[in-house]
Amino acid sequence: MRNIFTIAAVSVLSVTTAVAETAPSDVAFQDGSVMASLTGTAGDASAGRKTFMNRKLGNCLACHTNDDMPEQQFHGEVGPPLTGVGDRWEAAELRGIVVNAKMMFDGTIMPAFYIDSGYERPLKKFDGKSLLTAQQVEDVVAYLLTLKD
Amino acid sequence: MEFKTLLTSAAIVALSAGFASAQDDATLSVDGEVIKTRADAPAFAENLDTVYSGWHFRTGETQVLQMDDFENPAFVFVDQGVDLFDKVEGSEGKACASCHEDVADFAGLRPTLPRVENGELVTMEDLVNECRTDRMGAEPWKYSGGQMTAVTALIGLQSRGMSINVAVDGDAASFFERGKDLYYQRVGQLDMACSNCHEDNYGVMIRADHLSQGQINGFPAYRLKNAKLNSAHGRFKGCMENIRATPFKVGGDEFKALELYLAARGNGLSVETPSVRN
Ligand code: HEC
Ligand code: HEC
Ligand code: HEC
Repeated sequence: MRNIFTIAAVSVLSVTTAVAETAPSDVAFQDGSVMASLTGTAGDASAGRKTFMNRKLGNCLACHTNDDMPEQQFHGEVGPPLTGVGDRWEAAELRGIVVNAKMMFDGTIMPAFYIDSGYERPLKKFDGKSLLTAQQVEDVVAYLLTLKD
Repeated sequence: MEFKTLLTSAAIVALSAGFASAQDDATLSVDGEVIKTRADAPAFAENLDTVYSGWHFRTGETQVLQMDDFENPAFVFVDQGVDLFDKVEGSEGKACASCHEDVADFAGLRPTLPRVENGELVTMEDLVNECRTDRMGAEPWKYSGGQMTAVTALIGLQSRGMSINVAVDGDAASFFERGKDLYYQRVGQLDMACSNCHEDNYGVMIRADHLSQGQINGFPAYRLKNAKLNSAHGRFKGCMENIRATPFKVGGDEFKALELYLAARGNGLSVETPSVRN
């Protein structure tokens, strides 16, 4: 009995996730912001912190300094420092910037982390893929919101 | 050695200040010969005032390696080039030296390449392989392989200190335009163009790397990272892969056009071959 319940609960959950998760091409922008969560599941700030520094995931440190990460040796200077960024922007704005910064900053060098088309000549293994998953975007946004002065 | 210490401490000051440290104002001389590492930008490079060799963006420790040919690790490979130049190969029983008695006669060639011949854009590698296949009856060398870079470094070295002066008009104009388009074209999953890093952001750090203008006056370049000589096309390929783009073919039309455009962006700089980079 108990087993059956667990299985049912799991499948309901995974169905819900699949339905709630917004595909890259379905993300709705409003003046560069994305109001709705991409997953309906709250972001995990500590997972977001890891995604932020990971060279194979966000690699946000390639271009941004961040005083919250003194343990990381190298911080890039291509974009503005992200220290205190949680005071400067709302969640919806930050989500928009991470999903596709070009919607907020015209012609920016900052990559769009949640698009899966519209780029030219991708390496085969990345074709049709986004840099981050929907949940990773939510995690990074949750993390950015913790960066207060 | 006092020099080395000076350079290093300058770099440290710049780093710890944490600002965009841009290019430094050091002077590159090799065994007393001054190499021009900055020049007025060519008129067509409308977003630049001054062009800088990549040397200015390296640490003092990397910079000094290029100031003395005995310290410069590229010379191990240049020496291999000397041997290859004298090596008989192919059905005609000839070496490069059979026809080109003194490699020093190639002085003046590097600054003008790539160039257009009979409507085709040719690079140094093309010229070398043409001699191998058509004049020696030998197999062509792999475009970016170790034998090719050893010999192109040797030939390039004969022009060290001479000003780059690549033609961009006449026959070359259409190749130049093609190269320019490629330079500004965004590619890859990261959707970036060469210009995003090497024109818009040179002088700043991109994580652990200090971005230069991506000049090619020092190629083939010895990289500490892979401990060998690297062709310009090999570098283009690496940069494209870093932005998760499918690179164009090494030795192919796109990279040759890009090479012409980039070489010309460095018109006025000295040939620095073989340079040392990280
Ligand atoms: C290749 C460079 C690059 C990378 C990688 C990058 N950014 Fe950016 N980012 C920029 C630039 C440049 C700007 C400034 C916008 C502009 O004018 O182009 C910016 C702006 C921002 C802003 C607005 C900051 C402010 O104070 O206005 C946020 C937030 C941000 N980025 C977050 C991120 C996050 C999170 C990541 C990783 C998931 C990331 N960036 C990766 C270059 C980058
Ligand atoms: C994401 C940033 C980025 C992009 C985009 C990029 N590069 Fe680079 N490139 C680098 C970095 C970092 C280095 C190593 C440091 C330096 O010399 O700038 C480098 C080095 C080079 C060098 C060696 C310079 C020297 O002095 O040895 C050349 C040449 C070069 N790039 C050409 C290109 C070309 C051509 C393109 C476009 C196809 C391109 N790069 C795109 C980041 C980039
Ligand atoms: C059988 C004779 C012969 C051999 C062997 C030979 N070459 Fe040549 N090479 C020539 C001739 C002839 C030219 C064309 C000269 C001209 O166009 O004025 C030439 C042209 C060149 C050029 C272009 C020079 C310029 O100023 O345009 C390069 C570089 C070159 N050779 C390198 C080599 C190398 C490297 C080898 C050996 C791998 C080699 N050659 C072997 C005869 C030879």
